[in-house]
Order: sequence, then structure tokens, then C-alpha cells
Amino acid sequence: MLLGPSLGVSAVLFALGVAGVLLRRNAIVIFMCVELMLNAANLAFVALAQSLGVAGQIFVFFVMAVAAAETAVGLAIILAIYRHKQTVDLQNINLLKG
Amino acid sequence: MTLTQIVFWTFSALAVLGAAMCITRRSPVASALWLVQTLFALAALFVVLDAQFVAVLQVLVYAGAIMVLFLFVIMLLNLGRPGPSDLKGPVGLAVATLLGGLLFFQLLRGATPSAAGTPAGDTMAQLQQEQGIVGAVARPLFSQYLIPFEITSVLLLAAIVGAVVLAKRKL
Repeated sequence: MLLGPSLGVSAVLFALGVAGVLLRRNAIVIFMCVELMLNAANLAFVALAQSLGVAGQIFVFFVMAVAAAETAVGLAIILAIYRHKQTVDLQNINLLKG
Repeated sequence: MTLTQIVFWTFSALAVLGAAMCITRRSPVASALWLVQTLFALAALFVVLDAQFVAVLQVLVYAGAIMVLFLFVIMLLNLGRPGPSDLKGPVGLAVATLLGGLLFFQLLRGATPSAAGTPAGDTMAQLQQEQGIVGAVARPLFSQYLIPFEITSVLLLAAIVGAVVLAKRKL
């Protein structure tokens, strides 16, 4: 049984994704780190499904569908921001800063 | 160490390496390609964990469709050329390391197998023996989880309309 190691790897990947979001300023790379976090959650789901029943694997399908929808809309938003500001660096996108 | 464990740890190492390179490479294209490595390694891990169908979907949907979309946008915005680094300074690095490490240890504390209840044995492999690899996930998906499955189609429609409206040149 690889449940414990799988959850450990999942934790490592999730923490790396969070660190990436905090570390980067490029909007597209931050978006990729969010995908990394979703994948870490998927790994935990699959690992738990191995012993606790098939529901975990089915949830992974829904996570993938939501991730695909989120990517399409998110990248469209990034494209729209780029047209406005000519940059995707979050340092220059500070309209809400006081 | 059994063969399964060797395969598991090899692909775990590849996944973590890909993730670490993804968040530290300067060029967005390099980041995207390292993330593809992580996604493929995760697909291999899914096979080891009795989720062959999920592994195929992972390669088709994530590595095939979503990452192509990312690379396409990077190409469209012409971000591939080497520019100034977008990594934050030492303060950002310290904050990211601290918070990431803190989260990691919290997750590890909560992610012990005992917290997930006592595993009842290899139920997934048993189910696949009885109903087949696809049948084991298809049966509950089209009976018990039918309504969420149908609602997903509405979500995807909303995503299509939203993406087209947002990406249109004139809003």
C-alpha cells in the first residue's frame, strides 16, 4: 500500500504550488502553479480511492473538468489584461492599490 | 523494495523535480515544459495507484489540452524571449519558503494514513477485476453521480461562452 507516501508526495507538490504562487510575478506562471495545486489534490484523491472506493476517482474527473473550464476563462482574462496593459507582470497591474 | 515501489518513487522524484523547476525557471516556456513533465509523472503515479483511466485522461486533458493552451497563450503574447526575471526578491523568496514549508508540515501532519481511517484493503483493484478498468468508474459516474455529471456540461458551456466573450477584440 502506497497511501502514506502518495499523500506525502501530494503535500510536497501542493506546497511547491503555493510557493510558486507567492514567488512569481508572471500571471501565466502563477496560473500554472494553480494547476500544479489542483494536480496535487488529484493525487490525494486517487491515493485515497485505492482503498476507500471509487468516489475519489470520480471526483478527479470533476476536478479536471473544472480545471479545464478555469484555464480557458483564466487565459482569456490574461489575454484581455495584456491588451489593456501590454504586460502580464502582476507588479504593473495594481489598479486596486490605494 | 518491490518493483511497484521503485516505479512509484522514481516517478514521485520526477514529479517533484518538475514542479521545483517549474516554479524557479525564468522563461515561462521552460516553466510550462517542466510542468508537462510533472503532469506525465503524475499520470504514471495514477497507474501505480490503480487509476489507469484517470491516468489516460490526465495525459489527454492536462498534458494534451490544457498545457497546449498555456503554450499557445505564451506564444500569442510573445513572452518566450528572455527578459528580466519575474521572481520576487529575497523577501518574496523568504515569505514563499516560510509559508510553503509551514503548509507542507501542516499537510504532512494531517495526511498520515491513520487520519484517513483504516484502509479496507485493495478495494479498487478488486472492483476493477469485477467490472473492468473503465466500467469501475463509468458505472457510478452514470448512475450515482449522473446529476453532477450533467451539470458539468453547463459549466463547460459557460466556460466556452465566457472565454469567447473575454477574448473578443472589442468588448
